[in-house]
Amino acid sequence: MSNHPIYIDNDPQKATTTLNLGPTHPATHGVFQNILEMDGERIVSGVSTIGYIHRAFEKIAEHRPFYQITPLTDRMNYCSSPINNMGWHMTVEKLLGIKMPKRVDYLRIIVMELSRISDHIICNTIIGQDTGATTPFLYLFQYREHIYEIYEEICGARLTTNIGRIGGFERDFNDIAFAKIRKFLKEFPVALAEFEKLLTRNRIFIDRTANVACVTPEDALSYSWSGVLLRATGVDYDVRVNEPYSSYEDFDFEIPVGTKGDIYDRFNVRNGEMWQSMRIIEQALSKLENEPKGVFHADVPEFYLPPKEQVYNNMEALIYHFKIVMGEIDTPKTEVYHCVEGGNGELGFYLINDGGRTPYRLHFRRPSFINYQMYAPMSRGMLLSDAIINMSSLNIIAGELDA
Amino acid sequence: MSRISNQVLLQKLSDRFGDQITIPSEPFGLLTFETNKEIIHDVLTFLRDDSELKFNYLTDITGVHFPEKDLSIGVVYHVHSLTNNLRVRIKVFLEAQNPQIPTATTLWKGANWMERETYDFFGITFTGHPDLRRILNVDDMTVFPMRKEYPLEDPNRVDKKDYFFGR
Repeated sequence: MSNHPIYIDNDPQKATTTLNLGPTHPATHGVFQNILEMDGERIVSGVSTIGYIHRAFEKIAEHRPFYQITPLTDRMNYCSSPINNMGWHMTVEKLLGIKMPKRVDYLRIIVMELSRISDHIICNTIIGQDTGATTPFLYLFQYREHIYEIYEEICGARLTTNIGRIGGFERDFNDIAFAKIRKFLKEFPVALAEFEKLLTRNRIFIDRTANVACVTPEDALSYSWSGVLLRATGVDYDVRVNEPYSSYEDFDFEIPVGTKGDIYDRFNVRNGEMWQSMRIIEQALSKLENEPKGVFHADVPEFYLPPKEQVYNNMEALIYHFKIVMGEIDTPKTEVYHCVEGGNGELGFYLINDGGRTPYRLHFRRPSFINYQMYAPMSRGMLLSDAIINMSSLNIIAGELDA
Repeated sequence: MSRISNQVLLQKLSDRFGDQITIPSEPFGLLTFETNKEIIHDVLTFLRDDSELKFNYLTDITGVHFPEKDLSIGVVYHVHSLTNNLRVRIKVFLEAQNPQIPTATTLWKGANWMERETYDFFGITFTGHPDLRRILNVDDMTVFPMRKEYPLEDPNRVDKKDYFFGR
């Protein structure tokens, strides 16, 4: 049936100890199982078992119209679900050939960069938590809450956001949302600077993270790493720059890279990215001043759901509403690959469309899944306590890992 | 954006592999072509090792099922040249009965789980793969659930039979 080490390895005289790390262990931050062979505190070998929360999203997606797939993408990387939502919207827009107004692009960038910040807050504070520093975790984590309040103002939801629609947003950002974004931009840099002060030059933190789990750029590329993990090894690949989507080419920002690819570098690259994200949001806010007010979706009535009051009072809107909901819109028979820079790497959507109601095939290139496969090989020879920090620094989200 | 055009890339591939590179197209600017399982490993090696092309990054491997075709099971590779900022999509179609294709794990270590996932959902055997077993589904599953003939809902479920609802 399987060559699961736990079934075959029952030799009473073997020198190593088998340790089941997970699937539900408080230090693993999700449903991850690693069966480790331990020689004292050192890991001799490990096997990752995944799939505990596999929910067959790709199969479900073949039975759902395009706009009903957005909630599935929420539930992959639920720490930065707006990026997943936007990535999916943009994939369909690419397929349908819809061009977004600049204002929508900038609004999307604000939301995506906010979720990148919230994703990095989670990962970096938890690295601190796992090295024994609880204060930075409690201190910075409240700003994730403030970001969720901004989401709430925009779309009404907090974690699994289902934010935006194919063709734009469901409604314009209100004044409270903008006020909250501005407040966040004012308060968060202070907290982030304080957070960096607590950890970046902290002797204990450096001892625990620097030179631990170093990865060479060759290995990282061979294992198809992407996102922060790849950039921490020194490879400056970022989808936002290589293939700009949603008008990222209009913005001026830097891509932080590391040198060694160790945990400390990953931590610093994430901190650097949070600063850059704030720069991007500030630029987006000032660019919005010059855009026409009140534009929050593209003018594509055949693909964008009309507002409810129009559906009740306007014949055309009723027809479009019916056609969209019943999946009667004409879509081109082709295939499209679109990728966005997610919180933890290149999040890709490979969509094969046959012109029907639902995608013929939809494949998610999930960065967590691809990044995680190096975990067991790279844990060899590592101390167990280092492997725990290494896991949190990889920023693996179980929902995205298992789809 | 990219430093090499799709035409140059296609020309290089056709020079090297002749008419085994078939049905080229460019949906949304991404060069797509089909080839066969005999030369897929050579094609991928050529793309990776050519000093000009440098397709050093394997983005994704996945499968697709077209039940009405003779060669119904497809394997789709997305390969990316980071230096040239160019992507290419390669498809190989296989017969549904016992589909086999050489592994790409010898070229990219990251292909390991991607191929395991493709095996898990489509039943494609990657010959030479070091550890080809199911990855997301349970080990004792006997079907390959992403093939089109398997319905969304588990056909073995008994709690939704009609007689429970008086039908």
